Amino acid sequence: MNLALMVLLPFLGAVLPPLAERLRASRTVLALTAAALPLLALVWLWWPAQRVLSGGIVQFSRPWMPSLGLDLAFRLDGLSLLFAVLVLGIGLLVVVYARYYLSANEKAGRFYAFLLLFMGAMLGLVTSDNLILLVLFWELTSLSSFLLIGFWSHQSAARKGARMSLAVTGMGGLALLAGVLLLGQVAGSYSLGEVLAAGDRIRANALYPLILVLVLLGVFTKSAQFPFHFWLPHAMAAPTPVSAYLHSATMVKAGVFLLARFYPALSGTDLWFYLVTGAGLATLLWGAAVALFQHDLKGLLAYSTISHLGLITMLFGLNSPLAAVAAVFHIINHATFKASLFMAAGIIDHETGTRDMRRINGLWRYMPYTAVLAMVATAAMAGVPLLNGFLSKEMFFAEALEAGAVSPLSWLLPVGATLGGVFSVAYSARFIHDVFFNGEPVNLPKFPPHEPPRYMKVPVEILVALCVAVGVFPGFTVSALLAVAGTATLGGTLPEYTLSIWHGFNLPLLMSFVALAGGVLIYSQRRRLFAAYERLPAMDANLIFEGRVQALVRLAAALSERLRNGSLQSYAAWLLGVVALMLLVYLTPALLTDSGAMLPLDGAAALGGLILIVAALITAFLHRHRMTAIMSVSVVGLVVSLIFVRFSAPDLALTQLSVEVVTMLLLMLAMYFLPVRTRVESGALRVGRDVLLAVVIGGGVGVMAFAMMTSGFDSISPFFLENAKPGGGGTNVVNVILVDFRGFDTFGEITVLGIAGLGIYALLRDLELDSAATDSMGRPWARDAHPLVLVTISRPLLPLALLVSVYIFLRGHNLPGGGFIAGLITSVALLLQYVASGVEWVHRRMPGDYHPLVAVGLLLAGITGLASWMFGYPFLTSTFDHIHWPLVGEFELASAMLFDTGVFFTVVGATLLMLANLGKLSLLDDKRRAG
Amino acid sequence: MEAMIAIVIAVMVGTGVYLVLRARTFPVILGITLLSYGVNVFVFVSGRLKLDQVAVVGVSDSPTDPLPQALVLTAIVIGFAMTAFLVVLALRGQGELKSDHVDGRRDEEID
Repeated sequence: MNLALMVLLPFLGAVLPPLAERLRASRTVLALTAAALPLLALVWLWWPAQRVLSGGIVQFSRPWMPSLGLDLAFRLDGLSLLFAVLVLGIGLLVVVYARYYLSANEKAGRFYAFLLLFMGAMLGLVTSDNLILLVLFWELTSLSSFLLIGFWSHQSAARKGARMSLAVTGMGGLALLAGVLLLGQVAGSYSLGEVLAAGDRIRANALYPLILVLVLLGVFTKSAQFPFHFWLPHAMAAPTPVSAYLHSATMVKAGVFLLARFYPALSGTDLWFYLVTGAGLATLLWGAAVALFQHDLKGLLAYSTISHLGLITMLFGLNSPLAAVAAVFHIINHATFKASLFMAAGIIDHETGTRDMRRINGLWRYMPYTAVLAMVATAAMAGVPLLNGFLSKEMFFAEALEAGAVSPLSWLLPVGATLGGVFSVAYSARFIHDVFFNGEPVNLPKFPPHEPPRYMKVPVEILVALCVAVGVFPGFTVSALLAVAGTATLGGTLPEYTLSIWHGFNLPLLMSFVALAGGVLIYSQRRRLFAAYERLPAMDANLIFEGRVQALVRLAAALSERLRNGSLQSYAAWLLGVVALMLLVYLTPALLTDSGAMLPLDGAAALGGLILIVAALITAFLHRHRMTAIMSVSVVGLVVSLIFVRFSAPDLALTQLSVEVVTMLLLMLAMYFLPVRTRVESGALRVGRDVLLAVVIGGGVGVMAFAMMTSGFDSISPFFLENAKPGGGGTNVVNVILVDFRGFDTFGEITVLGIAGLGIYALLRDLELDSAATDSMGRPWARDAHPLVLVTISRPLLPLALLVSVYIFLRGHNLPGGGFIAGLITSVALLLQYVASGVEWVHRRMPGDYHPLVAVGLLLAGITGLASWMFGYPFLTSTFDHIHWPLVGEFELASAMLFDTGVFFTVVGATLLMLANLGKLSLLDDKRRAG
Repeated sequence: MEAMIAIVIAVMVGTGVYLVLRARTFPVILGITLLSYGVNVFVFVSGRLKLDQVAVVGVSDSPTDPLPQALVLTAIVIGFAMTAFLVVLALRGQGELKSDHVDGRRDEEID
């Protein structure tokens, strides 16, 4: 549990600073809240560290998503311990440093929150014991570093730099995920321990090259290896504490951490050697050479970081255990001296107001103490003896010679290594000489510069002290940690090595001196070199990257412009086109083989079918003759209700018939208000396309229907048939399903109906429409709005229709009928009055507001459902009983009937709400015309 | 009989699709109406065709499948509500945009 909690601590800590900021805490308090939990984690680390240093591994594991192979598993071995110490230790120093770096008006709470988020992600990454969990934390570092790099979001450079780093490392993260998934497949487990133990099996697998390339893509993008190095200099737009943290000890080290982590599983092949050493050597040389020419302090440090990362990568690539140990050692050393150098650069920036080395000169006179610290750290970077950088660089030279002796690139490796050392000394010399000496400052924004606040220097002092301590007494300081970290990296036994300053006169020492002398020589020739560099064609990675991004955006815009052209017609065509395509793909003749018994076709049915087909075709092709189209569509509807009658569905037939009436009324009203003429505007091509779509989809659905009807099936309906009477108390199974078995569905459906009614009511408010004065043939509408014959017949019909509706409703539970049908019949009867006698006549006699009716219906249905709760049954459980009424006799009363009454009211309310409101429009229209 | 029902469904769906693809609201409303007829019949016949076997207990010896019927019954009512909503949407479009084109384009723009 300890380990998981330790990883959780920084995440928890991320909440505190913003809270403290909200409470208007001072900047120091803010920094203290930010430091509290990481400090706790570091102290906590002490106990497991003892076990790790004595050769053990601390593990913690809980299943998270076992089906995916994802466990919440953490491990603390030597390598994890080393990185955890770096992440937490340098993180704490950065928190202290940032307290003085950030100005008073910056949102320090948010800054610390991002920083701790990143710290937690990094800590999780280095302690993960599960591959997928590792990738998860990996992505989290990319995301949180995006927030950190873009912290000054008002600056365009910060935004662009953050975006670029996220794009590059994010893509690498995707590649890594793919690689890790393959790795887990090959190894048979996502647990890190098992994967590391399966190294031989992985290397022998045919997928090994692919896995290696994918994982290396993740590593190289994260650790800014050539050719993915270009994002790192642009990430320098971040506040300097971020650079000191991300680009010395953590973010960019995540890549090389992964090289170390997967070393037992992936290394040891020629492919590994060529890819990793090649990329590392190229990065080492490129970064070191370019660093010399940077005028920006942080730019120089950025390229130097790239170069040192290349060095570490190259060491891992050499396939020698000693080289891997050297790489781990250099990870430690680089983290210490580079973090202190970034901090020193931040101090200089802070005190002078610029980072341009052409203006910053001669600071030795103004801030000698900072100068000493920076110079010691720079010397460590250059590999000067008695400092930590010298030790690992010496090992690097030795390993390059060793590898050169056995590999085909015999001369390339040592020569490249020495050349890298030469440039490294040259840019270090520039950092010292150009900044602290070299005449007087030129036109500084802040003049004269001072020493920074006392405590701003403390983190630098600690780091520089470490550089010296490791450099002078490696045995006392670092050897224990390095030994366990090296053992964990190699996954086995540690090679023989001695960490000492003096190995005697040998070739590596000679290379060191060549580097020192060569570097100083190159620096002395700097003016000529700078002039030559100026003449080189400028290549700005940012411009190229932004150009690519813009091109991609333009492509996407053009594509969506074509697809999303604002035309509903073309959207509908796309949609139906996809449907047609799916029908063509998935409908195969195989569907039609299983032929069940078929009913014989008789004359009446054939005639009915023919009528329907003709009517549907007339609707489609004569839709411009609106009256004809409405008539023919109603014929289709009537034949459909005949189909229902014929095939044993009287409930459906009744519903369809009554809906048919209201639909016709609706279409008439639509016809009245919409423009009388439908223009011919589709070209032959579009008509052809639409006919094709219609034929394919219609035909496809027809084939599907036929295949369905002629195949056997198992239905769940026997349950309903058996239980309708004993369980639901009714014999009309359709109605019992509606109000009882599937009552909840019905409740939802009448709710939708009510909402549709209200929606229509809202849409019709304040709508003014001008109807055309004549129909499409130029004939005026009839003046006689309410013909006497219709009025005379409709009025006595109303009570009769209501009576029928009550009858239909009451019998609904046992015979065809029910709330839906009764509601529709009532609506039709009332609507007939509207049509015959007019809206005003009706509304003089009954309230014209129907929303209360919808509400009453829904409430009734809902309360009936809720009532069953009172008796301890689930929502909408129905009950029934038989009571004896005088005169009527035995009568069944079911609670479902109350529910059905709710359905009835909702249907009446919603239907009338829709149509009566539409009807009122014509009233307005008439008034306007009269007035 | 099954083949005829299949053809009937095909025709209703096909004409519905054709009309839905028209540019003016009125034919689109007709198309939606036809489509919902077709779909309702399709769902209904998933209970297979049976003559004179009403799903009422005690009336028929091998009653037809009542479940698709219950589904279609509410579908018919909801289908009507949807058509009504569409009609009103078309009217509102006509009122606001003075156009019955589904994209809301005026006749002048098209010419």
